[in-house]
Amino acid sequence: MTLANEQNGSAVGPDERLKKVSTLTAILRRPELGAVAGLVLVTVFFLLTANPAMFTLAGVMNFMAPAAQLGILAIGAALLMIGGEFDLSIGSMVAFAGLVFGTALVVWQMPLSVAILVALAFAVFIGVTNAQLTMRTGLPSFIVTLAFLFILRGLTLVGLKWASGGATQLRGMKEAVAGSPLAPLFSGDAFPGLFTWLAEVGIIDTFPNGTPRVSGVPVEILWFIAIALLATWVLLRSRFGNWIFASGGDPRAARKSGVPVARVKTTLFVVTALCATLVAILTVLDAGSTDARRGFQKEFEAIIAAVIGGCLLTGGYGSAIGAFFGSIVFGMVLIGLTYTSIDQDWYLVFLGGMLLTAVVFNNVIRKRVTGER
Amino acid sequence: MSTSQTPLVEVRNLVKHFGSVIALNGVSMSVNRNEVLCLLGDNGAGKSTLINTLAGVHKPTSGDFLVDGQPRVFSGPRDALDAGIATVYQDLAMIPLMSVTRNFFMGREPLIGFGPFKRMDMDEADNVTRDEMHKIGIDVRDPQQAVGTLSGGERQCVAIARAVYFGAKVLILDEPTSALGVAQTSMVLKYINQVRAKGLGVIFITHNVRHAYAVGNRFTVLNRGKTLGTYAKNEIGIDELQNLMAGGKELQSLSEELGGTI
Repeated sequence: MTLANEQNGSAVGPDERLKKVSTLTAILRRPELGAVAGLVLVTVFFLLTANPAMFTLAGVMNFMAPAAQLGILAIGAALLMIGGEFDLSIGSMVAFAGLVFGTALVVWQMPLSVAILVALAFAVFIGVTNAQLTMRTGLPSFIVTLAFLFILRGLTLVGLKWASGGATQLRGMKEAVAGSPLAPLFSGDAFPGLFTWLAEVGIIDTFPNGTPRVSGVPVEILWFIAIALLATWVLLRSRFGNWIFASGGDPRAARKSGVPVARVKTTLFVVTALCATLVAILTVLDAGSTDARRGFQKEFEAIIAAVIGGCLLTGGYGSAIGAFFGSIVFGMVLIGLTYTSIDQDWYLVFLGGMLLTAVVFNNVIRKRVTGER
Repeated sequence: MSTSQTPLVEVRNLVKHFGSVIALNGVSMSVNRNEVLCLLGDNGAGKSTLINTLAGVHKPTSGDFLVDGQPRVFSGPRDALDAGIATVYQDLAMIPLMSVTRNFFMGREPLIGFGPFKRMDMDEADNVTRDEMHKIGIDVRDPQQAVGTLSGGERQCVAIARAVYFGAKVLILDEPTSALGVAQTSMVLKYINQVRAKGLGVIFITHNVRHAYAVGNRFTVLNRGKTLGTYAKNEIGIDELQNLMAGGKELQSLSEELGGTI
């Protein structure tokens, strides 16, 4: 301490100030602060304005399901953004993966496990392609993946017409997977036994005939939570997480320090495509069909959720748990407005407003945290 | 300095061509243990090329490159690093948004656990960072604070401490004081002296003669890709060094015009 004071007299003043605000700084330093604040705000808003049914168990499952579908994409997008790249092709990737998965199941009559593997293999291929094109050309990933936004959407349309004989929709997935032991992992509700029991002992609401109003947790919500936890662990505790922050923060500095930046970014592009494919599998099995509009504009919603979650557009900063909360905010507003007397189309206004607020907020926080001038 | 010991790094008549451009045209220098060698030269003298050659970024066109008396050819920066030659570049290779700890261990994270559960040993990393910072007199209360919150001098010291901690024997510092204020500069210079006292060889690149004279033991002056000479501290005065570096008379007359303030 004395040495520090001797060596750098000018640091004594600021040091004392730092001590005073350290708790506040510690909270402000959390990138997910904005998303948590947003969640609290939105919850309070709906508690005041919405029909109380929104916050029953059934109501919560209602808004968590779309939140989960978006959230799986948003967490992938968040990791990639922290790694310093964008993927605008996620939404189209959902549609394309749906086509591949559906075709494998219905047209090629593959078992569910093989169809999933085929879809995932395509995802790896697309992810690697995005990454290689971005890295080899040195173009912004924004442009490269914008191209794939159109290419994949177009391929989906063409492919669907080919697979279905002229329509833009492919049906029959539910029948194709009936009886498959893997199916419960990707469709329907989990823990039905638990919920039946909870209903019997009177903890949760039941229909008049005694069956529970909520028959289980939709599997996508479990996937959503699991992926959020895994991504958070990777970011904050693993070596790869450190590499993600480094690659996004300053790729040149990272490379000089021995971080394999190209490998990190390629992995992140693949992870994003895999997330899109998982969402495709979940939603296709849920609906029993796939169509060309699947995942439409989801790339923007995912990026907005990631930004609300504290990701900087410039990379190197952000959080997976923030994207998790950001997605719940989305689900709440999308579904919550139907519980109020407010016109549902206000959703889009909210979307833009929330994005602006989040970006401004993030910039202010970043400057305060890092002392950037 | 004794001349009998084997220099940690020595180059003789180093030549480097980039196509038709002759960047280095016969440079000789050496650095010993416990020594700060200052490499002085004006812009375009070939300092950067020399650093990059020493750091393994460029391969010399001709000339001898000895490490511990043995001739070496580096295939890349990693090679030089393994041989104990660490370079701290002007941009420091630090990421402002990341914490001090994460920067300190970037690319060399300590791991704990097995198989898929292998993770960064964050506690250990924090402790090492705090200790190393304390040794240089920077009191980092929270090693998880972002590097962006540190001052320029502190950042420079963190970058040097990182290189020293990871086993550097020869430290190449590329203009570490060029963007710093007076207090910050003295902090960095003090630390350079401390590193030298630990037994490392330091190659201190600068075009500020005052900074060089404050910590240097010997001075090698570069001009237009050649060494003009190497002088021990007792052989040359600060003004003489200044003139040599600027190539003589021109600056002297300018200096007179400005009232001797350069």
